[in-house]
Amino acid sequence: MDVKKDFIPEFEAEAYKDDMGKTSFIVTSIDVVANWGRSNSLWPLSFGTSCCAIELMSTVSAKYDWSRFGFEVMRASPRQCDLIIVAGTITHKMAPVLKRLYDQMPEPRYVIAMGACAVSGGPFYYNSYAVVRGVDNVIPVDVYIPGCPPRPEALIHGMLTLQEKIRKSKAYVIEKPKKKEKQ
Amino acid sequence: MTKKELKQYLEVTYPNLEVKETFNFPLLLVNKEDVIPVLKQLKDAPETRFNFLFCETAVDQNPNLEMIYHLSSTYYHHDLEVKVILEERENPIIDSVYSLWEAADLYEDEIYDMFGIRFKGHPNLRRIMLTDEWNGFPLRKDYQDDKIISL
Repeated sequence: MDVKKDFIPEFEAEAYKDDMGKTSFIVTSIDVVANWGRSNSLWPLSFGTSCCAIELMSTVSAKYDWSRFGFEVMRASPRQCDLIIVAGTITHKMAPVLKRLYDQMPEPRYVIAMGACAVSGGPFYYNSYAVVRGVDNVIPVDVYIPGCPPRPEALIHGMLTLQEKIRKSKAYVIEKPKKKEKQ
Repeated sequence: MTKKELKQYLEVTYPNLEVKETFNFPLLLVNKEDVIPVLKQLKDAPETRFNFLFCETAVDQNPNLEMIYHLSSTYYHHDLEVKVILEERENPIIDSVYSLWEAADLYEDEIYDMFGIRFKGHPNLRRIMLTDEWNGFPLRKDYQDDKIISL
């Protein structure tokens, strides 16, 4: 019985040789390369509204040092960011500002809800007239981190979870153009 | 002046007003109409010289609203609490003390925002914390809102 061999496309190695006489290239998928780049260079927006921002600052600084994982620079402008960490309480007055910041960020953009207030309203869930009960009422959230406030380790774990999520996602989603409806 | 001396001074100077003693300050109860004359006298009199309004706030003692002024003197280092009871609840209005202490500007904005007490003579009375189109005054005891989830 014949065993079928896997199809290996032939190519002329001579054509790919460089000046040094070596052939060097990698075959991979575009998703892996793009997600590798995206997940390891997330630039967060410096956005903190209350006490969770203190833990956020602690995570940035030397003791916990999140630049080990690729969250190197915090940007003050949403145009240069691809990650927003909602660190703190969002009031009804703050919600339109947050929405505008999110809309100004270039795609692909990711959101982390840090702490009880951003997850569900936290201690302000009951008897409050001013607080939004969960930031997912305003913008879509990728990763939730519970805690009041979460430890820096929890924040780093959440961010690594986000990296994992990015690596598993499709890098480029090409939407088919919609057919125009006949009038 | 010490606390006791200040209390005696107030009892002598304002015989028709009630003076009480609270945990930390002497308390002077003033009628709604006499706010500006009494506070102006307390500010300008050489014995007291209350030149610093360090807190102005309101309390909702249902059904009454109360205005509370905390005065201090940087010359003599004595403090005083002045309380005014507002009996009207629908449209409470009182004279602004902005002409005496400019610190009253933001205090009165906040009191208007939270309690709905209007101030006559305030230069710029507005919603300072809530949005402009907000209905009702949240720190009143009878405030109702769809957003509130009760336990």
